[in-house]
Amino acid sequence: MLGKTAAGLYWMFRYLERAENTARLIEGGFRIALTRPDSADDEWAGVLDSIGARSPYLARHETFEQGQVVNFLLRDPANPTNVLAEIKLARDNARLVRTALSREVWEAVNDCWMQLNAALSRPVPLRDLPEVLGLIRQQSALVRGALHGTMLRNDIFNFARLGTFLERADYTARIIDVKYYVLLPTVAQVGSQDDNMQWEHILRATGGQASFKWLHGGEVSARAIADFLILDGRMPRSIAFCVGKMQSNLNYLAREYDLRKPCHDMADALLGRLSSATIDTVFEHGLHDFNLDFVSRLSALGAQIETDYRFDR
Amino acid sequence: MSDTPRFFDELAGTGDTARSPYADYATWFEQESIPDLRKKAAQAENFFRRTGITFNVYGAQDADERLIPFDVVPRVISNREWQKLTRGIEQRVRAINAFLHDIYHRQEIIRAGRIPAELIANNEAFLPQMIGVEPPGGVYTHIVGTDLVRTGENEFFVLEDNARTPSGVSYMLENRETMLRMFPELFARIRVKPVQDYPTRLLRALQASLPPAYTGSGKPTVAVLTPGIHNSAYFEHSFLAEQMGAELVEGHDLRIENGRVAMRTTRGYTPIDVLYRRIDDDFIDPLNFRPDSILGVPGIFDAYRAGSITLANAPGTGIADDKAIYSYMPEIVRFYTGEKPILENVPTHRCSDPEALAYVLDNLESLVVKEVHGSGGYGMLVGPAASKREIKAFRAKLVAKPANYIAQPTLALSTCPILTKAGLAPRHVDLRPFVLVRPDGIDLTPGGLTRVALKKGSLVVNSSQGGGTKDTWVLED
Repeated sequence: MLGKTAAGLYWMFRYLERAENTARLIEGGFRIALTRPDSADDEWAGVLDSIGARSPYLARHETFEQGQVVNFLLRDPANPTNVLAEIKLARDNARLVRTALSREVWEAVNDCWMQLNAALSRPVPLRDLPEVLGLIRQQSALVRGALHGTMLRNDIFNFARLGTFLERADYTARIIDVKYYVLLPTVAQVGSQDDNMQWEHILRATGGQASFKWLHGGEVSARAIADFLILDGRMPRSIAFCVGKMQSNLNYLAREYDLRKPCHDMADALLGRLSSATIDTVFEHGLHDFNLDFVSRLSALGAQIETDYRFDR
Repeated sequence: MSDTPRFFDELAGTGDTARSPYADYATWFEQESIPDLRKKAAQAENFFRRTGITFNVYGAQDADERLIPFDVVPRVISNREWQKLTRGIEQRVRAINAFLHDIYHRQEIIRAGRIPAELIANNEAFLPQMIGVEPPGGVYTHIVGTDLVRTGENEFFVLEDNARTPSGVSYMLENRETMLRMFPELFARIRVKPVQDYPTRLLRALQASLPPAYTGSGKPTVAVLTPGIHNSAYFEHSFLAEQMGAELVEGHDLRIENGRVAMRTTRGYTPIDVLYRRIDDDFIDPLNFRPDSILGVPGIFDAYRAGSITLANAPGTGIADDKAIYSYMPEIVRFYTGEKPILENVPTHRCSDPEALAYVLDNLESLVVKEVHGSGGYGMLVGPAASKREIKAFRAKLVAKPANYIAQPTLALSTCPILTKAGLAPRHVDLRPFVLVRPDGIDLTPGGLTRVALKKGSLVVNSSQGGGTKDTWVLED
């Protein structure tokens, strides 16, 4: 496979995942704004922080007014990581690697781009927002579904999945980091109403409300949520799950190419740290420091993968 | 205004009833309703958009991706007609390859006085670097797209030979795919020769001309070289690579390693045996041709000369489809095949000749004038359709550089019906069949690309000038 093709696949799925995550993030913020209008502005500021968009936003706007934030995140050209731009980049990359994609995957991503282009051609009115956010998630799921249902499980598939999981792990870590103050264990067994609301936001933004309830019943605590999002290997958006998937994608490449590379050792080491950790040792180490350390190791792993498979630019 | 048809119509000929190739189609059509067919046409457009069958227009402001309009009424050719076209095209393509070999070797045709030496020596399309080079398998033009036009029941003319990098074959395939989807019942009633195996045939043709450096172990590696995602034909490049299971590469994916052209893969650099390049000669190698090209691969031409890679088509084939050479094609066919040309040439005035120039200047209103090196319908004058001002402006260009132009009579191109709101309406068409050349013979896929001028009365069928396309059917007997 061409190095350029590996890059196209990897980035196509990173951008798709990023667009979907931004939609989830807006859903979480929107929910809080509906139920707790007083704290809405703080919430939207936090949402912008999660994806590192606060300063470009403040360069254009003075307040964290909901309509402006949502528009900025979804479609404002002043925000280079707006959802529409990400979908376009995903589709541009798909176009570049079309020879590597099944017809169904190409049509799904092309359709995704056409539909969102239409849905986001003008600012989204509040009453349409849930529907549009749902559409983004649904379109992203259709591409993923076409990938799973129609693609050969070869190096092409594994490069695509590496992009997905790297982006997802990074996103979950950022969500945890922005919200780490509500995830610290408190003396009280039961969270305040504020805590409850924040916890719900986190679970919503990571698509984990139902799974969490299923595992923990009504027993919501900061510790349980942190454990769920960082270490629970059953949760498909947890850090441990994503890193485990990356390791197995990389192992596939090592077998297929009959060659281990430096990125394999890095992935093993990263997964090793997560497997040996418990949520107590994470809190001992400090949740914030743990996160910072993880994000920088993850980004180093990403760079190493690009070098090892010759798609660095 | 009279309704008498002045043009030969593919469906109705010169009369009112369907010609025999269209008999079954016409029976089917009578039972269909125009609104239903219009709905199908809208579905077809949606299908093209979803599939991303688009092209980029150069020089357009909103230059992103556009669809080439597709018309749902097929252009139908009988098997008998096709057999004659096949013989004519094969003859012509054989002559072109013999001509190219001769021109880059002994130049017998010039020694024999059949074409003037300066026509070659002073021609920009002649590539001196190719002199004495033996292309793998002896093939110069692996892929040719011969443009044909028709003016009557038995009158076909070759308009252009397109021996460099002809495009449009992806539309031939996607148009058929679309028709199969829209009108499956039609294909159950009418037996149409399939075109879908073209990519397999193309791959076989490319693999049949392996370079001497190919060691014979393992499958030969074929790649398609594209200028990139912004090229007008990018869709076609990626489509053909996908259909052949070949890599789609750009210049920056390639470099010369141990004398071989190799692509940067996830496992390291892998040598390429055959490169189907969709980049013009000028841009293919900045060391040997245009030094400012960033699309090509430095040193690829040296690797080619040394026999380490096959380039399809070979560099320098442009001399064979040059419009100034075109007028000598009947002579060229006779010289290399010893036969009378089966397909006719359009009578052509070479404006470099003062007498011809005088005639052309006197008759601009009725002639089509083309740039010798132009393509895609850019920079041409269609006299009968041009305004006085356009003719005046063109006259100045012509006088300034007469050798840059040729002129031809405005042909009464045949028409074929298209579906409009009001029902069927005749529009002018041409036909580009796709020819593959292998060391052991010529392979012509039964069908091709029918281009149609969608504007009433227009004779310009190029997609860049508002033309559309149709599915082209060659019937089984």
